[in-house]
Amino acid sequence: MMALRGTVIKLDIIMEVLQHFITDNLTMIYILVFIIFLGTEVISNVPTVLHTPLMSGANAISGVVIIGAIILIRQAQADDYFVLILGFFGIMLAMINVAGGFAVTNRMLEMFKKKKK
Amino acid sequence: MEGTITNFIYLICISLFIIGLKKLSHPDSARTGNLLAAAGMIGAIIVALFAPLESGSNNYAWIAGGIVVGSIIGLTVAKKILMTKMPEMVSLFNGLGGACAMLISIVEFYNPPAGSSLLTGQMITTFFALFVGSISFTGSLVAYGKLDGFLRDSLVLPAPKVINLILLIIIIGFSAYTLMQPELNFNYVLAVLVLSLLYGVTFVTPIGGGDMPVVISLLNSFTGIGAALAGLIYGNQVMLVGGILVGASGTILTILMCKAMNRSLFNVIIGGFTATGGGPGESKDGVAKEASYADTAIMLKYAQKVIVVPGYGMAVAQAQHTVHDLEKTLEAEGVGFKYAIHPVAGRMPGHMNVLLAEADVPYPKLLDLDDANKEFPTTDVVLVIGANDVVNPAAKTDTSSPIYGMPILDVELAKNVVVLKRSMNPGYAGIQNQLFFGERTRMLFGDAKSSLSKLIEEVNNA
Repeated sequence: MMALRGTVIKLDIIMEVLQHFITDNLTMIYILVFIIFLGTEVISNVPTVLHTPLMSGANAISGVVIIGAIILIRQAQADDYFVLILGFFGIMLAMINVAGGFAVTNRMLEMFKKKKK
Repeated sequence: MEGTITNFIYLICISLFIIGLKKLSHPDSARTGNLLAAAGMIGAIIVALFAPLESGSNNYAWIAGGIVVGSIIGLTVAKKILMTKMPEMVSLFNGLGGACAMLISIVEFYNPPAGSSLLTGQMITTFFALFVGSISFTGSLVAYGKLDGFLRDSLVLPAPKVINLILLIIIIGFSAYTLMQPELNFNYVLAVLVLSLLYGVTFVTPIGGGDMPVVISLLNSFTGIGAALAGLIYGNQVMLVGGILVGASGTILTILMCKAMNRSLFNVIIGGFTATGGGPGESKDGVAKEASYADTAIMLKYAQKVIVVPGYGMAVAQAQHTVHDLEKTLEAEGVGFKYAIHPVAGRMPGHMNVLLAEADVPYPKLLDLDDANKEFPTTDVVLVIGANDVVNPAAKTDTSSPIYGMPILDVELAKNVVVLKRSMNPGYAGIQNQLFFGERTRMLFGDAKSSLSKLIEEVNNA
């Protein structure tokens, strides 16, 4: 344990940490790599017309971070106001992103639809 | 058993995200795609609300409060916002998502898991989430300010590259130092937080308004990565997949946009977009010639083919409906009327397409860059409405120009060019435009919307 103290970065410790992290999260890392390929593949070949709605829609999906804020509040104790208040703001902000993002995207796409008739 | 159900529903939600995103990239299915993704999100939120937890007191009142307040604000803004303000909106929404990732990591640091060492993958991930979320938050706010116009490009930092590099090294070094300590010092975390927020500001500030589409797209993928990192912290697949999907798609979109400007992402971020191409009003030859409404109206009425080049000025003036009225007026006179859309016209890719769609302009009338450039030599009149840098010939001829190499719309090949503009001030990139002093160019000063209304009136009178 004494080796951990001090500010000198020890390469072997970092390697060990990394190794542990990879073994512990192997499935997650697999998912991560596959989704990077998938995400790239799904998006290529988008016509310019759809760039703005797509960006806006993807932006709404990034509001999925709200799940983290929900889990965080649920795990907190009922009198832990620091966590509760930060979590409340987290949920509120992410929810603006989610609700506003999907609604705005829908509004944009509605206009494309109308014109197609 | 309950765990299996939770994970299974999460899997369905993940599939909905992927299918939704796929459908969003095709014009016919885009709307369905958006709704599918939204359904996936609602499903994921419900599962997150009711999935069994090992400990904690649920605190549903706080959650409900956040969801209700957030939904009301989000939906109201989305309903009320003008279509022309869309880029600002996306930028702002994006920043809020980043802020959520930031808040989550702060709480994670506030309640560090009891353990021997701080140097764990979990802690490193949390630092990353804090960093990425904070940049996304303040960066998006600066981008919003620049788009909205209350932050101007004249706000220049001294030696931005040096400042950014030093700041980045300090953040990484200090984060590492914090993790090396035997116990987590929350004040150190707050210091990293403040530095990261500052980095978001110094990262976006030197980038010019002309590059904001790229920046928003990039920050969007940052928020996605922030969400994915938070997903790693909680071992939550929906957050991981949703976040990485956005991260990957945002990156691809960013690259597509950079390609449209013929610049590398590195060049956009590091190079900045500083005004070097001559001061305002400076011209090599002659002065700009002003057009009259009557002359322009007659020129339009008796033209065979008219092409409109819309830019941000059209968005600012809310002139898209008036343009469409002019289109109808001239078509009644037998004039061929089309629109040339530059990939980065406006403040976002596809910005002009959205605005013209709002005004009911039929899709086949919109020409992309290559098709438009083929048509210009046979075009009688080109109406440039509030566009500037995308029609600046300096991009082809002047190697010292900051936009040199960007493909532009070759409007100077047309028989006549009429530029509708508020003043002679240079465009968003701050570069003087030789087109305005061209032999066949006339300027029509004034607000695009009122200028167009006057033109329609004159066409009807002529």
